[in-house]
Amino acid sequence: MESMLANFHMQVAAAEIFLVAAICVVLLVDVFVSDRTRWLTYALSLATLVGCAWMTLEYGVDGRVSAFDGMYVADPMGDLLKLFSYATVAVAFLYSRDYLQRRGLFKGEYFILALVALLGIMVMVSAGSLLTVYLGIELLSLALYAMVAFDRDSGVAAESAMKYFVLGAIASGMLLYGFSILYGIAGTLQLDELAVELRGVESHIGLVFALVFIIAGVAFKFGAVPFHMWVPDVYHGSPTPVTLFIGAAPKIASFVLAVRVLAEGLEAMVASWQDMLIVISVLSMAIGNVVAIAQTNLKRMLAYSTISHVGFILLGILAGTNDGYRAAMYYTFAYVIMSVGSFGMILLLAREGFEADRIDDFRGLNRKSPWFAAVMLMLMFSTAGVPPFLGFWAKVEVIAAVLNVGLTWLGAVAVLFSVIGAFYYLRVVKVMYFDEPTDTTEIRAGGTLRAVLSLNGLAVLALGIAPSALIELCARALP
Amino acid sequence: MIPLEFVLMLAGLLFALSVAGIFLNRKNVILLLMCIELMLLAVNFNFVAFARQLGDLNGQIYVFFIMTVAAAESAIGLAILVVLFREKKSINVEELDEMKG
Repeated sequence: MESMLANFHMQVAAAEIFLVAAICVVLLVDVFVSDRTRWLTYALSLATLVGCAWMTLEYGVDGRVSAFDGMYVADPMGDLLKLFSYATVAVAFLYSRDYLQRRGLFKGEYFILALVALLGIMVMVSAGSLLTVYLGIELLSLALYAMVAFDRDSGVAAESAMKYFVLGAIASGMLLYGFSILYGIAGTLQLDELAVELRGVESHIGLVFALVFIIAGVAFKFGAVPFHMWVPDVYHGSPTPVTLFIGAAPKIASFVLAVRVLAEGLEAMVASWQDMLIVISVLSMAIGNVVAIAQTNLKRMLAYSTISHVGFILLGILAGTNDGYRAAMYYTFAYVIMSVGSFGMILLLAREGFEADRIDDFRGLNRKSPWFAAVMLMLMFSTAGVPPFLGFWAKVEVIAAVLNVGLTWLGAVAVLFSVIGAFYYLRVVKVMYFDEPTDTTEIRAGGTLRAVLSLNGLAVLALGIAPSALIELCARALP
Repeated sequence: MIPLEFVLMLAGLLFALSVAGIFLNRKNVILLLMCIELMLLAVNFNFVAFARQLGDLNGQIYVFFIMTVAAAESAIGLAILVVLFREKKSINVEELDEMKG
């Protein structure tokens, strides 16, 4: 019995086990607290994240370790992604508190569902088999569907939750259908064994068939064109704290899904999936950037901006080299930092009866608060890819990765679309600095939100001036 | 024993049927939920057939997990449906059009 448990290497999954236990505790505590003592749920959720971070650091690994009969894989890349996810979720909690309290949404659901979604991300990050990949995806998605609908008095939220649910379920079905065919051909579910099996098989028509379904599923989870229909509606319809969460943490999961399944499991078929990803990536950059220009709602504009950023992340992945994956990881981190900040700005300006989610709501922000106008300026410039901000280096890295594999035209297309994309980010800046304010109410956000958002804005600048810090971190995780 | 191809064809047919159902149905959200269920069950057919062909148990275990997740998925889907009905007093797919752009 003891030797069997030892074979499982439970300690490498310490963070996940701790998180499951902590979720149960938070859930139970939340049942017994009243609305006045609800801060306890909030504090416990943040403490859980700190605990997870400690576990991951304490039981961190230097190389690849597999546990639970190969179902679970721990590696330095996984540890880094997990630590980054904890930080993202923590920042999302800190930003959301004021908004939720003012709208009577400060309930346990938001925090518990976010923690369950985090667990799903962690399972995906450490997936060693097609089964754990699937379970991670579903754990994440089911929590997100419920989160979108958790403002029960909002018709738009319910509508977008339904759309998200139906399209998400189709994507999971597609992915599963692909997995089942893959299993039939290779005879194994383990990702590392799959990679070995497929090396022997020449391009088998069944494999290409399976690959099409898998790519469709992955592209859907990313929100890449032509599987992007849910992104604008979900971003627009959900309460802003949920949009902030969906815009950030699940992108880490999508990145890792692509790396684990395509880069590790289907490594032998790189030529086939590279072609498919090129099409998806170019379409995402084109449609995302062009349609964003026509938007007047900031959340919707940021949704289309997400679609275009996904195109850039895919550029790194489709390079199919280690440099490419590293660049894609760097881009994912940069994107998450910028996206959390942009939605944080909407939360900062929002108050009772005022969502601050239209671009016009940012008019004359410079008069009201020069500092936060400057923070938004840094975030927008960075998202547009203007040097010396973080977003610029992220774009440089992915474009360098595709140029290195000889896809020069693709690099040129990426540069072209990022120039087109700069237009709508600059429009926000123009509205803030050169238009007359239509709304003169003071910003009422609390101190924590102000402080963390300022740090977020400065981080975009600091990581842009000294880009090597984050790049080296990625290089150490993906040598 | 039924040949593998027959089972795969049946599963493919069921899968195609469910996808067609989702995209053609313009009336009722509950039908969408049924189609999603059918889709997952089609995948289960595939897994069981391959597991039997390969003499490997992993595929059959996968099916158990899919069935469990499918149950959780419909629970959440129906819960969202209840919220939707309370807000809109309708579960018509065509009326889900409040957001545009």
